[in-house]
Amino acid sequence: MTKTAKLHSRTISRRSFLITAGGFGVVVAFGGLPGNALGATVAPAAEGNYHPNAWVSIAADGIVSIMSPASEMGQGIMTTLPLLIAEEMDADWDKVRIVQAPSDADTYGNPGFYGVQLTGGSESTRGYYDLLRLIGAQTRKIIQASAAGMLNVSASELTTEPGRVVHAPSGRSLGYGEVAATGELPDPLPQASEADLKTREEWRYIGRRDIPRVDVPAKVDGTAIYGMDVQLPDMLYGAVLRAPVQGEQPEAIDDTQARAVPGVTQIVPLSYGVGIIGETVEATKRAKDLLNVTWSTSSRIRNYTSRQLLEHYRSVGRDLSQTGVNAFAEGDAEAAIKGAARVIEADYMSDLVYHATMEPMNATALVTGDTVEIWAPTQGPTGTQGFAAVVVGTTPDKVKVNVTLLGGGFGRKAEADFIVDAVSLAKEVEGRPVKVIWSREDDVRHDKFRPLEAQHIQVGLDADGNITSWRHRIVADSIFARTMPDLFKSQGGHDDVVTEGAHFNYAVPAHRIDYIRQDNGLDIGFWFAVGVGYTRFGIECVIDEIAATRGADPLQLRLELLRDQPRARNVIETVARMADWDRERDGRALGIAYSDAFGSHCAQIAEVSLNRQTGEIRVHKVWCAVDPGVAIQPRHIEGMIIVGITNGTSHALFEQINIVDGEVQESNFDTYRVIRMSEAPDIEVAVVPTAGSPVGGMGQVGLPPVGPAIANAVARLTGGVRLRHYPFLPERVLAALNA
Amino acid sequence: MTAFTINGRAVDIDAEPDTPLLWVIREHLKLTGTKFGCGIAQCGACTVHIDGAPTRACVTWLEDVEGRQVTTIEGLSPDASHPLQKAWIAEQVPQCGYCQSGQIMQAAALLESNPSPTREEIIEHMDGNICRCGTYVRIISAIQRAAREA
Repeated sequence: MTKTAKLHSRTISRRSFLITAGGFGVVVAFGGLPGNALGATVAPAAEGNYHPNAWVSIAADGIVSIMSPASEMGQGIMTTLPLLIAEEMDADWDKVRIVQAPSDADTYGNPGFYGVQLTGGSESTRGYYDLLRLIGAQTRKIIQASAAGMLNVSASELTTEPGRVVHAPSGRSLGYGEVAATGELPDPLPQASEADLKTREEWRYIGRRDIPRVDVPAKVDGTAIYGMDVQLPDMLYGAVLRAPVQGEQPEAIDDTQARAVPGVTQIVPLSYGVGIIGETVEATKRAKDLLNVTWSTSSRIRNYTSRQLLEHYRSVGRDLSQTGVNAFAEGDAEAAIKGAARVIEADYMSDLVYHATMEPMNATALVTGDTVEIWAPTQGPTGTQGFAAVVVGTTPDKVKVNVTLLGGGFGRKAEADFIVDAVSLAKEVEGRPVKVIWSREDDVRHDKFRPLEAQHIQVGLDADGNITSWRHRIVADSIFARTMPDLFKSQGGHDDVVTEGAHFNYAVPAHRIDYIRQDNGLDIGFWFAVGVGYTRFGIECVIDEIAATRGADPLQLRLELLRDQPRARNVIETVARMADWDRERDGRALGIAYSDAFGSHCAQIAEVSLNRQTGEIRVHKVWCAVDPGVAIQPRHIEGMIIVGITNGTSHALFEQINIVDGEVQESNFDTYRVIRMSEAPDIEVAVVPTAGSPVGGMGQVGLPPVGPAIANAVARLTGGVRLRHYPFLPERVLAALNA
Repeated sequence: MTAFTINGRAVDIDAEPDTPLLWVIREHLKLTGTKFGCGIAQCGACTVHIDGAPTRACVTWLEDVEGRQVTTIEGLSPDASHPLQKAWIAEQVPQCGYCQSGQIMQAAALLESNPSPTREEIIEHMDGNICRCGTYVRIISAIQRAAREA
C-alpha cells in the first residue's frame, strides 16, 4: 500500500530545481580505502575546493567526491545513489570517491520518505532518483558554465564526456580537474530541469552489470568499519543490563561485586536497566553478569504469551463483528461475499520474528557540554539526533551522527534504543567517548520483533469460479502507534506498514481490507519487508486455493487476474520458462507466488520436497524474475534478490520467537534458528526491466513471494495440504499432513 | 602478560587469562576485521586461524594462545591478494559484509587442506558460518572460483 501521509515531505519540482552552493560536512572515517579494479571507491572525506553544490566536490586532479545520503547495510545503496549523480554530471566513474553524508536532513533527507535521512521501506532509490539525477545534471551545467568562462565560449557550445568538457568547434577540451583548479562558479548557478536529464540511450553507467559495488573491497580484507569497529582516543566501553521483561524497572541494585571488577569505572542506574562503564569490553561484560538487580513486577507485558495471543488474534480475525479500521475499500465486498455462489475462507498466521543482524546493536557516543557526537550503524540519523537530544537535554542540531557501515539492518537499526544507551552512559563521563556493545542475548531478547499476526481472508466466487469479492482482515498490534504516533492518529488508527502488501494489483471487482488493531504493549518493529512478508503469504496461498477449487493452473489464474498488466505477466511468464513450470518433478513439486510490492514486480517459483516422516521441507531451488522498472545495477539487484529469497526461506521454515509471561524464550543462534548454507536453496534470478517505467524499490522485493511459493509447492506435492502458519516447523507440517 | 604471535607480529597482552581472544584481537590490538557475532561459537563471524586451524575466537581464551600463531583476516594476505579475496570481489559476495571475514577465514582453511573441494565438501566445511544476508550461493561460487584460479 502506498504511504498515505508524508511527514515533513518536501516536494521536488520535476520541472525545475535549484541547488544552492553548500558547505561540505565532515565525514566519518571509513578506515582503509582499498580500491576496486574498476570504478569508484569509498573515501573518508571530500577532496577538492570546487563545490558546485552540497553533493559534489571536485579536486584539481580530477577526483570527484560525491555524497551518499543513505545508510549502507548491504543493499549497495552507497554505490547506487552516487552513481545517479555521476551519470548525469558525466563524471569519470574511475575518479569518483564516495563519501558518507553527514546527518543533515535539510540537505540530504530523502524527498520521497518524510524528507529525513532514514533508510528503509525500499524507499531510497525511489525517493532520491529524481533529485540526484537533477543534482547531477545541474552539476554538469555548472561545470560547463565554468569551462565556458575559461575557454571564452558560450556554454551552449559545450558538451561533456566522462570527466571532460568538450568544445567541438575548436577541438579544445578541459578535464573536470582543470575546471576545478581555476574555474569560477557561475553566479547565479544554472538550474536543472527534467529536460536536462539524459535519455536512456545516453546512459553510460545506469544498467551496466560490470560496475562493482564500492563497499565490497573493504569487506574482504577486514578494513570496512562498522559501528562495532569504531575506535576513538580515550574511549571507554559500556554495557547495559536490561530488565527480563519489557517495561520493568530496577527497584534495587546490588552492585558490590560488579564494582569490584578491575577496569569498571561506573555503575549507572537507568530507568530501564543498569549501565556499566569500564576500561575494557571484558570488564563491562563481567560486571554485567555480577550485577544483582531486583526488578519491578508491574509491567503489563507479563501478560504477554505469544502462543495464546495468536490463538486470540485468530479468533478476532474470524469474528466479523469486530470491524477495526478500514484500510481500503473498493466496491461492496461484504455484500458480494454474501451473494457469492461459493466462499473460500482461510486463516493465515505468523509468529514473532527476530532481526538477527550479524552485527549486534552497538553505538559510540561522546557528550561535551550540550553537544553530542555519535558513531553508529544506524538506518536513521535524523531520528537519532532527536532521541540523543532528549537524553542530553539539548537540541537535535547539536547532535552530529556519523553513520558507519551497518552489519545488517532489516529495520532493527531504524530504532534508537542502542544509541540511547550510548548517549546515556557517555553523559556520565563527559569528554570521553563510550562504545556500548550489546551481547547477542541482549540483541535477541530486546529486539523489536516483526508483529505477531493473524489474517482472515474471505473470497467470494461466482458459479463459474470467478472472483467477485475479496475481504482481508489483519489482526496485529501496531508499529506506528509507538514509532510514529502522530501519523498513526492522523490515519485514524490505521497502520499502513502493518497492513502493507494487503492491497494488490489482481483484478477483483470488490476488495476490502480491514485492520483490527490489538494492543498488548510489546514493542514491535520494522522487519525485512514488514507487513508484505505476511500479507502476501496469505494472498498468494489463497490464489492457489482458488485455482485448486477451479481445477485451474495457479500460474494461469494469476495471468488471468493480471490480464491488463503486461509487466506483471512478463515476470510470471519469464519465471515459468526459467523453471520449466509444466515439467513434472519426481518426488518434488513447484509452487509459484507473485508480488507487486515496493513498486517492483517479482515472481518466484520454488521447487520443494518433503520428508513425510519428519515433516521437514527441503527447498531445492528458487527461480525469480523481477522487473524493477529501471535496473540501475542489475547484478546488485540479483544480489538483493538472493538475500530476499534466502532470508525468506529462513523465516518461512525456521524463524520463531516465543514469549511466555513477557519473557523471550530464545537467546542466541542456538535457540533462534536461521538458515545455514546446507539449507539454502540454489537461486536463479532474471532481471527484466521495462523501459519507460518508474524506478521501483528493491531492498525488500525478494522476500515476500518465497514463503507462499514454498507453501504452494507443498500443497501441489501433497494433494492440497495447506500450510497456513509461519514458520513451517516440522510438527506443524506433520499436523497439517495428518489433519 | 600473555605472549603470542598475530599476523607474524609478536605481541604481549596484559589482560585476564580468561579474556576471550576475540576482544583481545578487536579492542586491545584494534584488529577489527574479526567480528563479534554471537559469543558462543554458533555463527563463525569471529573465525581466525590458530596455528593454521580455523578457530572461533569468541570461545578461545587468551591463555589458550600463549606461544601460538594467530592469523586474522588482516593477515591472510599482505594486500588482499589471497585467491579467496579476489574471488570474493569477482563474485561480488558481500552484502552487509559483517560475516565475510569469518567466512573467508573458514574457507581459507578448507583450501589449505583441500585445494579442490566439491560443492558438498564446501557446504559441509562452511555450515557453521551464518550469513544473515544469505549470500551462501555466492560464497560457494567464490570458493569454487578461488579453487579454480589459485
